[in-house]
Amino acid sequence: MSDVLAARSQMAVSLAFHIIFAVIGIAMPVLMVIAERRWQRTRDPVYLDLAKRWARGTAILFAVGAVSGTVLSFELGLLWPRFMELAGPIIGMPFSLEGFAFFTEAIFLGVYLYGWEKVSPRAHLLAGVLVALSGVASGIFVVIANAWMNTPTGFTFANGSFSNIDPIAAMATPAAFPQTLHMTLAAYAATGLGVAGIHAFLLRKNPTSAFHRAALTIGLLVGAPAAVLQPISGDIAARYVARRQPVKLAAMEALYETRAGAPMTIGPGIKIPYALSLLAFHDPHAVVQGLDDVPRDEWPNVSLVHLSFDVMVALGTYMALVGLWAGWLALRKRDFATRRSFLGALAIAAPCGFLAVEAGWMVTELGRQPWVIFGILKTADAVTPMPGLIVPFAVITLLYCGLAVVVGVVLYRQIIQSPGV
Amino acid sequence: MLSLPNVLAGIVLVSLTAYVLFGGADFGGGVWYLLASGPRRAQQREVIAKAIAPVWEANHVWLILAIVLLFTCFPRAFAVIAIGLHIPLTLMLIGIVLRGSAFVFQSYGGGGGRVFATASLVTPVLLGMCVGAVASGTVWWGVRDGSFVTSFIGSWLTPFAFAVGVFTLACFAFLAAVYLTLEPKDAQLQEDFRTRALLAGLAVVVLAAIGLAVFPEAPSVHAGIIALTAAAALTAFWSLWRRRYRIARATAAAEVVFIVWGWAVAQYPYLVPPDLTIVDAASPRVTLELVLTAVLVGAVVLFPSLLYLMRVFKGNRALKGRLGDDAHP
Repeated sequence: MSDVLAARSQMAVSLAFHIIFAVIGIAMPVLMVIAERRWQRTRDPVYLDLAKRWARGTAILFAVGAVSGTVLSFELGLLWPRFMELAGPIIGMPFSLEGFAFFTEAIFLGVYLYGWEKVSPRAHLLAGVLVALSGVASGIFVVIANAWMNTPTGFTFANGSFSNIDPIAAMATPAAFPQTLHMTLAAYAATGLGVAGIHAFLLRKNPTSAFHRAALTIGLLVGAPAAVLQPISGDIAARYVARRQPVKLAAMEALYETRAGAPMTIGPGIKIPYALSLLAFHDPHAVVQGLDDVPRDEWPNVSLVHLSFDVMVALGTYMALVGLWAGWLALRKRDFATRRSFLGALAIAAPCGFLAVEAGWMVTELGRQPWVIFGILKTADAVTPMPGLIVPFAVITLLYCGLAVVVGVVLYRQIIQSPGV
Repeated sequence: MLSLPNVLAGIVLVSLTAYVLFGGADFGGGVWYLLASGPRRAQQREVIAKAIAPVWEANHVWLILAIVLLFTCFPRAFAVIAIGLHIPLTLMLIGIVLRGSAFVFQSYGGGGGRVFATASLVTPVLLGMCVGAVASGTVWWGVRDGSFVTSFIGSWLTPFAFAVGVFTLACFAFLAAVYLTLEPKDAQLQEDFRTRALLAGLAVVVLAAIGLAVFPEAPSVHAGIIALTAAAALTAFWSLWRRRYRIARATAAAEVVFIVWGWAVAQYPYLVPPDLTIVDAASPRVTLELVLTAVLVGAVVLFPSLLYLMRVFKGNRALKGRLGDDAHP
């Protein structure tokens, strides 16, 4: 394994691990706050139990997210010092803002988790709202930094260095809006349907539990609208990729030759005529740029990007359908808890959002290769001169595998198991 | 002197200092968790865990803030440090991950107290070793002579860096023990932490004296700052002796602040000695101006929030600590 590949793999493992906790950290406080608000209004103890259990779960996941996020902020330099040296002055700004948002999040999460008896009910709920808001803000700032790597703006590049730096223009990079929208919705959809799905599974075994019923409803309240809206944000994102990163789109769709009226390829061989032109430019005859427009050594790994993209779209579509089904049942005021087929479909959706998030990041990160700053700096030129990078890669991978198992066990024991009522 | 790069370097230093004062004390708490002993061993651990739980994540963010500000404002310094100290920084990160996750697991009944305590012991040593390597001017940009050992190991695996690591651990343990005297209601537990604070405080002074005398690469700390540090240390000992724990907390914190700033002043104007200065490493002016604005605006949100957090969780007990003072005149 070459050092560049080891560094990329370590970054991939670190991101893939962290993103799960980040996504839950963004959306879980919303569920927690809804449950607490319902407790304050109805005094139904089920909601208090839920809010407290979810707060415990959030505490565990937030802690792991915080430390794995720290790892990433160091790894930017440990693995890609040349990238940080060049890009730090330009995209340090969103990271700095993220630092403050994360600070607010950590402070008010402390108040929320340990302040049940120490602050007034209103202040407690407000702390939860602040956690939820600063969580979204943190996520948005970090994704803006990533968006800049896809569509770098706010500088003049000549002779290997940047001049005329404008960090505000860099934050207003064209990819920022589609990426942050897509990621924020993904966080709510994955977490909301994840929670609803777990309780749907448990309701099938224990259909009378008021606890699981309440949890499922709140999970759907957050997850279903996000899942239904996600394909729209996906369309916005795809059309921007078609214009700004045509090579990435060509890899996503495995389109080797530039052509008008391009078909969409699903999996290895199914082709839907005109569909790609229609989706990418809302015109069935539009010309879509193929991989042949750039030299072979500037292609990303087409089969992986294409596979990841198909997986993401398939999972997202399934989740949107489950979300629509939930909306349909809610409109007709049907009880979710007694529909075994719906509960089954929802239980299957539980892991889908997280898998889709992983697949989506594979698309955007692998699809940008061989560039770390698209069109400016190649990943291979950004890597640290430190040799033997396979060793830290192996160590971090082992560490995170072990941690994932422990988190799973602790969460199951603490949160998901039915209460004894 | 008060140039824009210097102001931002000062802000990075303030973040790092805050991390030492707050995050460092949480690591120190882990050390006393590991070393809990005597008839009140279990109660000591309970007090430590309760003291750390609500605040450690917020305290940890100071490190993230310091790093983020460093790579935004002084990207070249960040790159040099990240390359030259790749190995100890990676080890430190593993320590941070294990400490944080093991702590939260044990808080929620998942076990992991031993991992939490061990990681709390090792991580500060690694952090101190990185600081020691920077201070002694041995961190190099990339591969200078082609040898792996000189470039990636020789800079930080030195007796001096190790001494700074142990010294850092002693400082963190000292801070934690002093802060912990204000946590328990029980007077005997307070005495336990008082004894530990006195011992750790002694260790800090002895290690500092030996370190400055023995190592030629130790930074030449300004005499005025040494005097201030000594004054703070003496007051901390006196107030611990007289069980004036609030004064002890303030003076112990001041002592450690003077230690950190003594190092910073000694290596000024270098960010990474021997040749990377603050000005050389600084980002373009526009970035520095924007970051300064963000820091000022952020501080308006941050400081009231932090005060609120500390008042909610440390306020009542701090008050009781003062009442405790009056009970032992």
